[in-house]
Amino acid sequence: MLKQIEGSKAVAEAVAMCRPEVICAYPISPQTHIVEGLGELVKDGTLAPCEFINVESEFAAMSVAIGASAAGARSYTATASQGLLFMAEAVYNASGLGLPIVMTVANRAIGAPINIWNDHSDSMSQRDCGWIQLFAAHNQEALDLHIQAFKLAEELSMPVMVCMDGFILTHAYERVDMPTQAQVDGFLPAYEPRQVLDVNEPVSIGAMVGPEAFMEVRYLAHAKQLTALERIPQIAAEFQEQFGRNTGGLVRGYHLDDAETVVVALGSVLGTLRETVDELRRDGQRFGVLGISSFRPFPLAAVRAALQGAKRVVVLEKSFSVGLGGVVSTDVRLALSGLQLQGYTVVAGLGGRAITQASLRRMLLEAQAGQLPALSFLDLDWRIVNRQLEREAQVRRSGPIAENLLRDVGTVASKVG
Amino acid sequence: MLQIRIHGRGGQGVVSAAEMLSLAAFEQGRHAQAFPSFGSERTGAPVVAFCRIDDRDIRLREPIMAPDVLIVQDPTLLHQVDVFQGLQPEGYVLINSKRSFGELGLAEIEQRFRRERLVTVPATEIALKHLGRPLPNAVLLGGFAALSGLITLDAVAHAIRAKFAGRVAEGNVAAAGEAFDFVKKEMQEMADAQAD
Repeated sequence: MLKQIEGSKAVAEAVAMCRPEVICAYPISPQTHIVEGLGELVKDGTLAPCEFINVESEFAAMSVAIGASAAGARSYTATASQGLLFMAEAVYNASGLGLPIVMTVANRAIGAPINIWNDHSDSMSQRDCGWIQLFAAHNQEALDLHIQAFKLAEELSMPVMVCMDGFILTHAYERVDMPTQAQVDGFLPAYEPRQVLDVNEPVSIGAMVGPEAFMEVRYLAHAKQLTALERIPQIAAEFQEQFGRNTGGLVRGYHLDDAETVVVALGSVLGTLRETVDELRRDGQRFGVLGISSFRPFPLAAVRAALQGAKRVVVLEKSFSVGLGGVVSTDVRLALSGLQLQGYTVVAGLGGRAITQASLRRMLLEAQAGQLPALSFLDLDWRIVNRQLEREAQVRRSGPIAENLLRDVGTVASKVG
Repeated sequence: MLQIRIHGRGGQGVVSAAEMLSLAAFEQGRHAQAFPSFGSERTGAPVVAFCRIDDRDIRLREPIMAPDVLIVQDPTLLHQVDVFQGLQPEGYVLINSKRSFGELGLAEIEQRFRRERLVTVPATEIALKHLGRPLPNAVLLGGFAALSGLITLDAVAHAIRAKFAGRVAEGNVAAAGEAFDFVKKEMQEMADAQAD
């Protein structure tokens, strides 16, 4: 049924239709509306049986999810930003133990400086934690990915993170097609654990493993992720058959066939990129877009196949490895090993900086003309950067950077965008 | 695509107004996307929210920098925030005020834009009358329906009832209806004055 609804609310309803038995969460912007929505559905009895557990921290949230999942319950949590960092140790435990927890990450920047706005730094910081990471381009996909995620997680006995852009998606009201409970029940079988804490058949979960088998346990996690590379597109196809919508999968191409310059990205910026590329194509410019839906496992072969016909590849990412440059672009480069392609990394939208069609258009035309540096920062305000650099060159006690830059920028309340 | 930007202050329901506008557009079978400017939503602080309406899927995610419609929920923002930034030449402006554009010091705006698309409505007073609280957001949507004809008053009422319940919903529906009539009358007077 078509509904005009907030992204967070849509995700909450979709998660509820997956019938989780334990939800534990600690609120943090911009994830809050999701768990509030689920809390209401548990309280009013719509989602039953389900235990909603208020915990004292994100560390506890993931720890409770681990306990619940090990006891055989379908378990869900959600977080963002510092919350994800705070639970990091338990995040690694969940994947190391092979527990199929599903977690929404409402993507948000990491401080300091403290910043509640969107970028991908949080989930990227957990890139190597062993969780599957799926990225939603719009709210319909965010909703659909959660249903696909439970199926994938439980089949493989491996946790899945569904990443959706904080505020840009979580707080956006838009049209979504809400599935029925019968449809979701038909798609998602009951949870059948590979391992479970059962008093009738006692086992322990979480043994200490020394040098004799640690690498093998790790390799088996990688082998599972390689299986996920096959299962993710299959599950997307099964989903399409059941629900009539083509969402999820490994990668999603847009106008790739004859594209000379392809821009690669993740998440909600794909919408603005597609608009921009359509406009450039009306002017006769051959651009294309490649969306990466599955960041872990990283679909090396699919990315290579999608990009090998292009002359230039621009990776536009909302993440930044300080001291290196791109995070996503490093992986894309690996996929393109041996191909003679001009590659550019564009870091954009950090800490909620708006990514506009006008800036994207300018940047893409620069790439096409071979004028883009290998690493660039979309709409970076060089004026305030250079002022700070001058200040630091002039005096030893130049003071805190964030405060200095805010003074240079002046009042932001009067600005519209 | 129709792009609407709503300015107000934290606590006035700026974000809810954009959400209700999207609900009204959806009710009329259209695609709509509503989102806040995020972050500074403290009581009294300037807040901006956005709504896009189109007949096809909306993919653009940038803030609205060149709006077709401006709704200003608090006239004290006029001299603090550049609310008119990027307003399209054919744009509509609806301001919550008892005073006229001229009295608000906006004579220059009257000259730059189409006069018949610039209206003020005493939304706070209308809200106080129907709700007992100075919440102008839903009221102004009734005014916008009258000013632009781009959404119907029925769709606005539907959106209000989707967002609120009981007395609050009915009070807002009545207030939106009064604002609709007020703006219609004001536009008629403006047309008559021009005909003279």
